[in-house]
Amino acid sequence: MHHTKRNSILFTGLGIFLLVLFVLNISLGSVKIPLQDVFTSLTGGNASKPAWDYIILNYRLPKAITAMLVGMGLAMGGLLMQTLFRNPLAGPDVLGLSSGASLGVAIVILGSGLVPGIAASFFLSSYSIVLASTAGSFFVLLAVLAVAQRLRDTMAILIIGLMFSSFTGAIVSVLTYFSTAEQLQKYTFWALGSLGNLHWNNIAILFVVIIIGLVLSALCIKPLDALLLGERYAKSMGINFKQTRFTIILATSLLTGCITAFAGPVLFVGLVVPHMAKLLFKTSNHKILFWATLLIGGVLVLLCDIFTQLPGSAFVLPINAITSIIGAPVVVSLLISKRKGIFN
Amino acid sequence: MDTFKTVLSAQQVSIGYSSKKEIITVANNININLKANTLTALIGANGIGKSTLLRTLTGIQKPLAGIITLNGKDLSSFTSAELAQQLSIVLTESLPPSNLTVFELVALGRQPYTNWVGSLFDDDLAKIDSALQLTHIEHLSNKKHFEISDGQLQKVLIARALAQDTPLIILDEPTTHLDLLHKVNLLRLLKNLAHNAGKCILYSTHDLDLALQLSDETIVMSKENFVQDTPKNLIANKVFDMLFDDPNIFFDENKNGFVVR
Repeated sequence: MHHTKRNSILFTGLGIFLLVLFVLNISLGSVKIPLQDVFTSLTGGNASKPAWDYIILNYRLPKAITAMLVGMGLAMGGLLMQTLFRNPLAGPDVLGLSSGASLGVAIVILGSGLVPGIAASFFLSSYSIVLASTAGSFFVLLAVLAVAQRLRDTMAILIIGLMFSSFTGAIVSVLTYFSTAEQLQKYTFWALGSLGNLHWNNIAILFVVIIIGLVLSALCIKPLDALLLGERYAKSMGINFKQTRFTIILATSLLTGCITAFAGPVLFVGLVVPHMAKLLFKTSNHKILFWATLLIGGVLVLLCDIFTQLPGSAFVLPINAITSIIGAPVVVSLLISKRKGIFN
Repeated sequence: MDTFKTVLSAQQVSIGYSSKKEIITVANNININLKANTLTALIGANGIGKSTLLRTLTGIQKPLAGIITLNGKDLSSFTSAELAQQLSIVLTESLPPSNLTVFELVALGRQPYTNWVGSLFDDDLAKIDSALQLTHIEHLSNKKHFEISDGQLQKVLIARALAQDTPLIILDEPTTHLDLLHKVNLLRLLKNLAHNAGKCILYSTHDLDLALQLSDETIVMSKENFVQDTPKNLIANKVFDMLFDDPNIFFDENKNGFVVR
């Protein structure tokens, strides 16, 4: 069939693009490392300078892996939300999941000033940040879902997400009055989003949680296809709707919560990538979209991360600035184009 | 005519909604007998409970009293996976936005039979092809579902139900949004499917005159009574005079339709 041939070309192209960007991402930065040395170092050899080995294995490689995991996880969360809520503008950040995660993190970082010594140091450990963040996104998703049950109107769901963002913003600004400059700085840097600074053991946690989230998502491929016709048709085709919805929510909170905890609230990736996948592959079939979303998510965040390192400069821009600069115009153009199939 | 097998039957069924506080009964004493190879129309005024009845017959809500059996088995004892192989539905509500093609949409009807990722095998493809052929929409199969007309989309949704390969198909007001020509075509198609593919088909409608001309049997719901019979007998028994609660609308037997005084 014509489509399968086109799809396999696209998949091969995306796969190669992902690998190229992965290597480029490691090579480019304030210190430029030749591709030859990147390959030698990655395959277990020694680069021409020992410092390069150190940079690659302890700084660049973890960051490139984090970028790929963040892109894949957030994009998958977005795909799940868009189909579940039958809403093309749904995504982990739009629905307020990232805000929920931020609130959790704000409470532990900024609130640590309100509790005495030993408890405060526990509050600031990376485990408590992951827990608070995942709990925050899970709580918001349950709240959004409770509202969605009552209001069939999909616009209302988006407004709820907006309200959560304002609400968390307000709570955070209240908390800033009670926190030290140091805590505030820590929170602000976290909120800007950062793919670097992750140790290998943190990456291992991130990797395991994302794999669990992706396996849960893969289990929903068939019910997600049925949900394209709406809840009533899906039920009439034998789909266990409650179980599917729970699995989707669990997968999304795991993906969003864990990523937000480690990399900060990375915006727009979850919203934009599924649309890119749908436009590129011209399909709604989740068996194809699953892989397409993973590949494009990885590609996009690796690419954005390359842009954060201005060539020939030591400055590194926050990842959120880049994803928003790319993401916001894409969303606006999607809304203006009013393509049928996206909004009909 | 009466030799066909009974697919769905309802005996002394009451329909409505029950909550902790109160029970709201919408209709009582409902007796239905739907047979294979038969196209049955369900008619009644707005708000009389047609939708509630269809929701009850499709197992979405439970009857307040009475027994509904599907192929001789209690409807409430079916799991949703089992029910999906016995009963398929066609709804009027608009579809959520998606890139589904006509073929993919019809193929979704195979879900009750496919594996965990929904792979299609030869048997599934054959069923999909035959559903596309029976509804005469093969030429549309590569179009996106939002690129076709309302009448064509209605056929696509019927093809999806056919691909689901169930003895019983229930349609909720399939003729709304269509002009007269397409209404007639659609009902002819349903009648063909009932007679040639052996399906038991129930549809609700407000197009009474067409329902009387093109259905094998008609169920009439009104405040006072609930009748199922052939259109000819219903007219002879003057059932339609009681359909609307207004003395100025009456049924003209010569015209086979309603007249406003």
